[in-house]
Amino acid sequence: MSAPLLEVDGLEVEFLTRRGTVHAVRGISFDLGPATTMGLVGESGCGKSVTAMALMGLVDLPGRLKAGRVRWKGRDILNTEGDPATEAYRREVCGRDIAMIFQDPMTSLDPLFTIGAQIAEVLERHRGMSANAARTRATELLDLVQIPHPEDRVDQYPHEFSGGMRQRALIAMALAAEPDLLIADEPTTALDVTVQAGILDLLADLQARLGLSILMITHDLGVVARLCQRVAVMYAGEIAEEGAASRLLHAPEHPYSAGLLAATPRLMESGDRLSTIEGQPPDLRLPRTACAFRPRCANAVAACAQAPDLRPLPDGAGRLACHNPMRAAPRAEPRPTATATAAPARTQSPDAVQPLVRVEDLTVTFPVGKQRLFGPARTMTAVDGVSFEIYPGETLGLVGESGSGKTTTGRALLRAAPISSGRVTFDGQDVGAQDARALRRLRRDMQLIFQDPYSSLNPRMTIAQIVGEPLIVHGLERDPARLRARVEDLLGLVGLPADAADRHPHAFSGGQRQRVGIARALTLEPRLIIADEPVSALDVSIRAQVVNLMQDLQARLGLTYLFIAHDLAVVRHIADRVAIMQKGRIVEIGPVEQVYFDPQHPYTRSLLASVPEIDDSPGALTGT
Amino acid sequence: MTSVETSPGATAGQTTPGLWADLRGDGTAMTGVVFLVLLLLVAIFAPLIAPHDPEAQNIIARLKPPAWMDRGDWAHVLGTDHLGRDVLSRLIHGSRISLIVGAATVALAGGFGVLMGLTAGYVGGRTDNWISAVIDTQVAFPGLLLALMILAVVGPSTMTVIVVLALNGWMVYARVTRGVVLSLKHTAFVEAAGLLGCSTWRVMLRHLLPNLSAPLLTLATLEFARIVLAEAALSFLGLGVQPPATSWGLDVAQGKEYMFRAWWLVTFPGLAIALTVLAINLIATWLRVTSDPLEREKRFARRARPAR
Repeated sequence: MSAPLLEVDGLEVEFLTRRGTVHAVRGISFDLGPATTMGLVGESGCGKSVTAMALMGLVDLPGRLKAGRVRWKGRDILNTEGDPATEAYRREVCGRDIAMIFQDPMTSLDPLFTIGAQIAEVLERHRGMSANAARTRATELLDLVQIPHPEDRVDQYPHEFSGGMRQRALIAMALAAEPDLLIADEPTTALDVTVQAGILDLLADLQARLGLSILMITHDLGVVARLCQRVAVMYAGEIAEEGAASRLLHAPEHPYSAGLLAATPRLMESGDRLSTIEGQPPDLRLPRTACAFRPRCANAVAACAQAPDLRPLPDGAGRLACHNPMRAAPRAEPRPTATATAAPARTQSPDAVQPLVRVEDLTVTFPVGKQRLFGPARTMTAVDGVSFEIYPGETLGLVGESGSGKTTTGRALLRAAPISSGRVTFDGQDVGAQDARALRRLRRDMQLIFQDPYSSLNPRMTIAQIVGEPLIVHGLERDPARLRARVEDLLGLVGLPADAADRHPHAFSGGQRQRVGIARALTLEPRLIIADEPVSALDVSIRAQVVNLMQDLQARLGLTYLFIAHDLAVVRHIADRVAIMQKGRIVEIGPVEQVYFDPQHPYTRSLLASVPEIDDSPGALTGT
Repeated sequence: MTSVETSPGATAGQTTPGLWADLRGDGTAMTGVVFLVLLLLVAIFAPLIAPHDPEAQNIIARLKPPAWMDRGDWAHVLGTDHLGRDVLSRLIHGSRISLIVGAATVALAGGFGVLMGLTAGYVGGRTDNWISAVIDTQVAFPGLLLALMILAVVGPSTMTVIVVLALNGWMVYARVTRGVVLSLKHTAFVEAAGLLGCSTWRVMLRHLLPNLSAPLLTLATLEFARIVLAEAALSFLGLGVQPPATSWGLDVAQGKEYMFRAWWLVTFPGLAIALTVLAINLIATWLRVTSDPLEREKRFARRARPAR
């Protein structure tokens, strides 16, 4: 291996907060060679993004660099001495030799300048180019990142670019100074799957053509599998395991890596339950004494009371911090493969039963812009003639990319979005024809679970108030003691302790808040639950817990789900039938097995092909 | 069944330091609070503290300078005015008017403004258009002019001053509230409340209002300072509090005739107004930072950071 470009040595970052000092990054070290792609993987709060920010010297109050140093081509760019020479060298290197792209392409571009001007600025600053030369080069760069008609696009403003194109423009900007290393912090997380696939292909192509090194920070193992040669798995501010992607993704040795892999739902596998990593990540305010993963680890032994060091593996192919690694193959029994499609259908035959929900030719239009004085306002059609049925006890998955109208469809079932034309019938009653009072009564049987567990709970109310509120407003329970008992029952049902009732939402993690959201949806004992991306804001291991909970509740309470999601793998796992939406229309609907293994519509096919997957076939073991 | 996730948050056994501890750590804000509390006590116990009757005239002892000057007299620590009334006693009694007018106006204007803002923001549509139009019209109208007009017609008194100032001040609350409500309206918890069957009133009062408290508290504090000044201005113009009642603004107005012969007549009430407004502003600055979680963490880290 040639001399490393970037050497990170014992990096420690802490945040001084009023609730105590959070040790976010706890002494991580790694090297990155030239022309290498390395993935830094972990769940939220593991310190991966903070590490990236620290590398660029972007850690700001309340955070601070506590220890460690970072070298670029053998010379310090970051250390705790804070001498001006290091600072000056970092300023020189960052932006020119090391470039960074961020998660959110919407906010990373200045809306007041053209794309071309923003790229040209980098060229003028770091390459000393003249304005004219910079503009020409900017056009070339846009062409390089495969933006069509770059000579026109160069003079456009960010709002004229779509999300995927903005991310391409940001990549072009990052590449403008011809860096040796590109740090990408979740560059595709905010994008649709098909767009994500394009960006990943672009990065792989650029890496090969320009001999670039890429440090890819992500939570998505599929992205790592698609792009990276090396992987470092982070947990609780430390590197748990590092090695070649081909090895780590197929034979992980750290129990956390193995758990993370197992909890990731696969597109082409069914299976009744997702395997989960039980428990929660540790409190990063506490000092590092035992192995951080010990409380959640099935392999824990007595030695784990001592924090393990990150040691090179005997064969030198990577590093591992574990006292009792996974020796055996991670999957003792082979997972059911694509051919094993004989999973029994969980629904009764559709002909035999009356559907719970029948949607006929539903159209939803919204007025756009200000209402004009004369004539009707211009409208935008979000849902365009959609028909489907949901049968009692089944789960219908509704899949689509952003703007496909899937969320609006879900809202229209509750008439929370206007039913412009068509009919929605719930249990034989026309939802669109109800007056306010009857609608309120009808909505008791249809409840919604929201995507964002942070904004869906009122921060000023206690959990008991949140979960009990539906009973109060519908006048169903007036006795405080019985209300309390009911709330505690509900909390127990979703796996939360009874003492959670008196606390406020901020005391809970994302997964726990989502459980509270589910408990609230169950309070009125609804028959239909519309779950709008209920797990997409959650980490992989927590996501598996919530998906399993939803399946358990369905079995116990006989619930019917409309499961709205963009994640095909999760839908594959939970749904009985699936409907694929594109531009307000359902392009394909059918049993999950059929749609996934024999997609008829070209859009379905491209959607399925875009999902970054970990290749489980045995042949993939012998990778790079 | 899925296992129970272990309780987070409490694991480190630490709770957030309360508002009081936070305040104690901030010397400037604490100064403001101490000043205001003292002022409040003075206002409440004015008859017990004041050495003289504020309205008692004594023509013989008129225009006496403060005690530490020549001709000064310790019976009148801050001197006497042109009618021989004790300046200190008038100052002490005047604080009552300033605080009552300030608090009552903020309560009245705030209550009405927040209600309008909530309705405009949450109900939206035509209601919003109407309320916004009224707000815009009133903002465009010169406030002091309106106040003078009303006071000239109705006749000045403490009560009318409060109503007039509230009439001029509610739009700020309505605008701020409407803005925050518009952004909160589309958050999931507000939508959830509506879908769960909460009435419009319940959503507004139980779900929206508590989440508005931080910006509104800061605004109310700043408005309080503005009202104290406005009352002083109105009284100075003779359309506020009427003699023989006392008010700082009134004292400044009456003292201006003697500005060059008896500087203390305008200086002490003026100083009282300035210090009160300063104290309130110090508290408002602290409140603004404290009610913003990010700002609060930054301030904490800046202080906790060991000197290097």
